[in-house]
Amino acid sequence: MSAYPSNANRRSFLKQTGRILIGFNLLPLGFCSLQAEGEGEGPSSDKINIDSWIRIGADGQVTILTGKMELGQGIKTAIMQIAAEELDVHMDRVNIIIADTAHTPDERYTSGSASIEGGGMTIRKAAASARHILMDMAAKKLDLNKNILSVADGVVSDGKSSISYWELLTGKRLEGKLLDEVMVKAPADYSLVGTSYPRKDIIDMVSGGEVYVQDLKLPGMLHARVYRPPSYAAKATSVPGEIVNDMPGVVKLVRNGNFIGVIAKEEFQAVKALQVLQAESKWEQSSLYPTQDLLLAKMKEQAKGEEVEKTLKGSFSSNDQTIHALYTKPYQMHASIGPSCALALFDDNGLMVWSHTQGVYPLRKTLADLLDLPEEAIRVKGVPGAGCYGHNGADDVAADAAILAKAYPGFPIRVQWMRYDEHAWEPYGSAMAFELSGNVKNGKISSWQTKLWSDTHSSRPGGKAGHFIAARSLENPREFDAGGYSAGSYRNSIPLYDFPREIIHHKYSGPLRTSALRSLGAYGNVFALESFMDELAYSIQEDPVKFRLDHLKDERAKDVIRMVADKAGWDSGDRKSGMGIAFAQYKNTAAYLAVVVKVVADYINQTYRIGKMTAVIDAGQVINPDGLRNQTEGGMLQAASWTLFEEVKYDESGITSTNWETYPIMRFASVPEIDVHIIERSLEKPLGAGEAAQGPVGAAIANAVFNATGSRLRDLPLRPEKIDWNKL
Amino acid sequence: MSTFITLKVNGKSYEIDVPPDMPLLYALRNNLMLNGPKYGCGIERCGSCMVLLDGKAEPSCMKPCSDLEGVDITTIEALGSRDNLSPLQEAFVDMQAAQCGYCINGMIISAKSLLDQNPNPTLPEIKEGLQRVLCRCGSQSRIIDAVLLAAKKLKT
Repeated sequence: MSAYPSNANRRSFLKQTGRILIGFNLLPLGFCSLQAEGEGEGPSSDKINIDSWIRIGADGQVTILTGKMELGQGIKTAIMQIAAEELDVHMDRVNIIIADTAHTPDERYTSGSASIEGGGMTIRKAAASARHILMDMAAKKLDLNKNILSVADGVVSDGKSSISYWELLTGKRLEGKLLDEVMVKAPADYSLVGTSYPRKDIIDMVSGGEVYVQDLKLPGMLHARVYRPPSYAAKATSVPGEIVNDMPGVVKLVRNGNFIGVIAKEEFQAVKALQVLQAESKWEQSSLYPTQDLLLAKMKEQAKGEEVEKTLKGSFSSNDQTIHALYTKPYQMHASIGPSCALALFDDNGLMVWSHTQGVYPLRKTLADLLDLPEEAIRVKGVPGAGCYGHNGADDVAADAAILAKAYPGFPIRVQWMRYDEHAWEPYGSAMAFELSGNVKNGKISSWQTKLWSDTHSSRPGGKAGHFIAARSLENPREFDAGGYSAGSYRNSIPLYDFPREIIHHKYSGPLRTSALRSLGAYGNVFALESFMDELAYSIQEDPVKFRLDHLKDERAKDVIRMVADKAGWDSGDRKSGMGIAFAQYKNTAAYLAVVVKVVADYINQTYRIGKMTAVIDAGQVINPDGLRNQTEGGMLQAASWTLFEEVKYDESGITSTNWETYPIMRFASVPEIDVHIIERSLEKPLGAGEAAQGPVGAAIANAVFNATGSRLRDLPLRPEKIDWNKL
Repeated sequence: MSTFITLKVNGKSYEIDVPPDMPLLYALRNNLMLNGPKYGCGIERCGSCMVLLDGKAEPSCMKPCSDLEGVDITTIEALGSRDNLSPLQEAFVDMQAAQCGYCINGMIISAKSLLDQNPNPTLPEIKEGLQRVLCRCGSQSRIIDAVLLAAKKLKT
């Protein structure tokens, strides 16, 4: 079995093994120091300083620091490309440090498809500012006019004499601030941005390399599992403490109120202890209400709404010709393939946490609140995990690990959730309802109303310990306070189309835990809006493509629609093509995406499958076309999975979707052909793209099902048994 | 209660002191320090933990170590190292067939098992060969392309 140092000799053990572990690529900078490694390192408190973002070593290595997190979206590569382009250095010289409170600036969360628009553009500015200052330094050093100097791979030269960035800096930090008016490269001069530079991390993924927080192994590391209650608010009445403490390898059973965790020497010993806890403990149950069958009715009892937008004169009025439709979306999961995992070490120095969180700084702040520690005594280091697609269990498991580490100081504690923990305890994408009404006059929509109901789409930690599920189970529980942010609920509820409308949002507090799932409310809102556009087009026998174009002013929006119709072979005369179209500009400010879905109905077996999905995306300037394509394809398949299969099931006694059988997601048999086209606009600013496909895909499937079968499905997921096969 | 169990992994024999009912996955990850196979569901429904057992792709998260003495166990690490990738691994890199990559072990192991038995798989055969492995990022279409590319590479 593995070495198991006692507390007393742990430090010398770490010293001995620390050197070996430096080479371990998850720990490029040492591994359990609260301070940043290296002389005088540490995040510059001021994001205006260039050296908060870029460091150039005497060895010619360029290090980029980003507060953004690698989530599998390839952000590391894209940000390195942006920096290398502006600095004029080869990619081989560039490495990157991602989210780490000891090193990188606070860039809050990696969310909302905002990393290129925000973090990436800051890096561009920092790199351009650095280049500007380095050129000045070189001109002075070489005693030459700056205008005759050029840079090739970090070497500044006039053709005769030359000096490199690293010779200029000699290992010192670059002093200077981000310049507001700095000249960035003209897109025409790009040699790296706009190319599909391959991701290097995939090489480690295909060869069993150390990539994930799940792979971290620290000397003296102990394994823990948390025994979560059978339902959110159940109370433990009897826990077999003695039996568990006597089990082989068990180091400590930690109980604080209804928070129960077991620490063991070996992972399987912790799992076995968990099984005994599950078998032998007794709980006082607490019912979930309303149950699934009552959810919609209860939701709509919430009658008071807030106006999101109103361009109608007066209020919306119905007449005999008014079309109404009700769309619904169930709770859905992030359903990461790798259950959430974190490591924590608490000792005299403070608390060190390794986490796949989307926000190292907000997590640190929330852990400080939970454990009553000053923020400076906590370091959170971001390490990639399995894809999260929003706020899943990542932060919660970090809190679990921190609580257990504090209860058993001096040892790194690794906690990985079991599959059922992830399924039952992650915060879901909220169930939603949408009531849409519209009037059509002379071929155009004359008025439109959307009423929507939703629970919150954002309950990220943000400093409040009550947002950790563990904190709500403690003997002195921390209250969950949902907070005021509700824009996620009505994201993309305002049509980009041009007609008078009113949008009304009703806040609903439902029975299940909810937070940010990829695209937040946009998936449901676009599903409803774009389904309804089709219904209105159908009501006047208009081609859905033409109908959309007739209501749009934005030429970029029209371009993606026209191009996707062309690429997919859309035939406006064909009412039985099995094709459906949908469109959205994500957040009404980010990437434009239109998609055509072709479904193939199997009338004999009364089922259908998606044959092909064709999409066109305009994300403005593209940093890495293959990366954009990869994200878009992935978003499309994930949204197709949500739309075809996914619904969190629960009853009074708790969540019943606790594994892949009870919460099925797409498998290979259902994977359609995918065709993604990019409209590249290198002179425009980059637009966030990672979530652009979610909404349009859902609606396009519904529209295609209608085209193929004549049944209008308005209740997600769009299972074949909801189709009226007699209609045919 | 532990006993010594001898496992043959990647061509070498290892004598490990583990409970006999411990699933193979824990031995691979924690005793033999192999990161390739991943914990995903623990009940053989996601394929993250795939290994080759006598050349055939199987999940490792439930099978007890004690049942596997004498079985040839192969993990992704043995297919090729980062500096010397096998054509199959290389095909995944060429196609950039991953996002988060957590499922890739299962995909490559399943593809290896498939291609060893069927060097010219059709699209439906590839889908069937990978059916046990879940991917949540939606990389499936690229993964299919990577397997097709690997089949081509292996022929030349």
